[in-house]
Amino acid sequence: MSDFEIGGAAPQSVQQAAAAYEVVREMFGGAVSDFDANEFMPFFEVLEPEKWPDIALFMRDHPKLKFNYMACLSGVDYPDDEKLGIVCNLESLGIFGHRIAVKVKCSREGGVIPTVAYVWHTANWHEREAYDMFGMQFSGHPDLRRILCPEDWEGFPLRKDYKVQESYHGIKVPY
Amino acid sequence: MGLLDAGISKHNVVITSVDNVLNWARLSSLWPMGFGLACCAIEMMATNASNYDLERFGIFPRSSPRQSDLMIVAGTVTMKMAERVIRLYEQMPEPRYVLSMGSCSNCGGPYWEHGYHVLKGVDRVIPVDVYVPGCPPRPESLIGGLMKIQELIRMEQIGISRAEALKKLAEKSSDPQQVIERDRQVVRA
Repeated sequence: MSDFEIGGAAPQSVQQAAAAYEVVREMFGGAVSDFDANEFMPFFEVLEPEKWPDIALFMRDHPKLKFNYMACLSGVDYPDDEKLGIVCNLESLGIFGHRIAVKVKCSREGGVIPTVAYVWHTANWHEREAYDMFGMQFSGHPDLRRILCPEDWEGFPLRKDYKVQESYHGIKVPY
Repeated sequence: MGLLDAGISKHNVVITSVDNVLNWARLSSLWPMGFGLACCAIEMMATNASNYDLERFGIFPRSSPRQSDLMIVAGTVTMKMAERVIRLYEQMPEPRYVLSMGSCSNCGGPYWEHGYHVLKGVDRVIPVDVYVPGCPPRPESLIGGLMKIQELIRMEQIGISRAEALKKLAEKSSDPQQVIERDRQVVRA
């Protein structure tokens, strides 16, 4: 009767995510990476970013997947790999209840990731935030402007090598 | 010494200076601008509300900078907000006073090093008369700061500058430790 077994089978949530991943893998094959079945945030990576909107639409509408809810979209900086990326946390809210995360990466300078703002409207502002903080472009985004920083702010604050600008409109910025 | 402390007895006639009357009028109806920027604003609102009741000092938040003579900068001033704060300050009629409430507005607070978006002290953009430390300051501290503004107004005279009034205020200040000790002895006795 115990729900938790040490060294036993993966938790139910991971098994559900794995099953959902298999459906995506079957359809898109080499465009997606292998499944990372960790307990905290099971995920796969999209290896061909140009296919990301198709995968997203597929995941939202396929009768076995129905990922109807984007819980979060976060930007990530990978300075060692010279890459930027996003992590999308998807959930099938009220239908299957399964969750999975999807990672998409692009190059650090001039990197482009296709938008999924037309798939989940949540992605609209989240992609703007990722652009604001990390500087990757989202091609096809309806309104890609900075969302938090002033529009004429210099640099992208959450990059690991970010240095704050000396002054903004004549006001000293550093302490 | 306030004007009403003079004791009006002889047929409601009191003789005093113009300075005194003007200062008394100003300090008895300080109207702060009703705006808050972060968690300090919650504390400021609590001070305005019935438990601490700022209206007993004639302090009542106004909705327009044009009707206000005191700006309580309550909270984190971001770079984006800094320009709006300048604009609001410029819209206030003189004489105007600025009270900087809380660590963020005093010096950047917890954002002083890594908060790229935070102005490190509102005194970088507008002149501040009184700083209230705290994160956030309790209502008692804010009231203390407001009393300091009132003292500052009392120091003013026609023909002397704000800087001179602030200097006079600083000269008048005393070490609080002595007051605390004195009160303790009174309690013990």
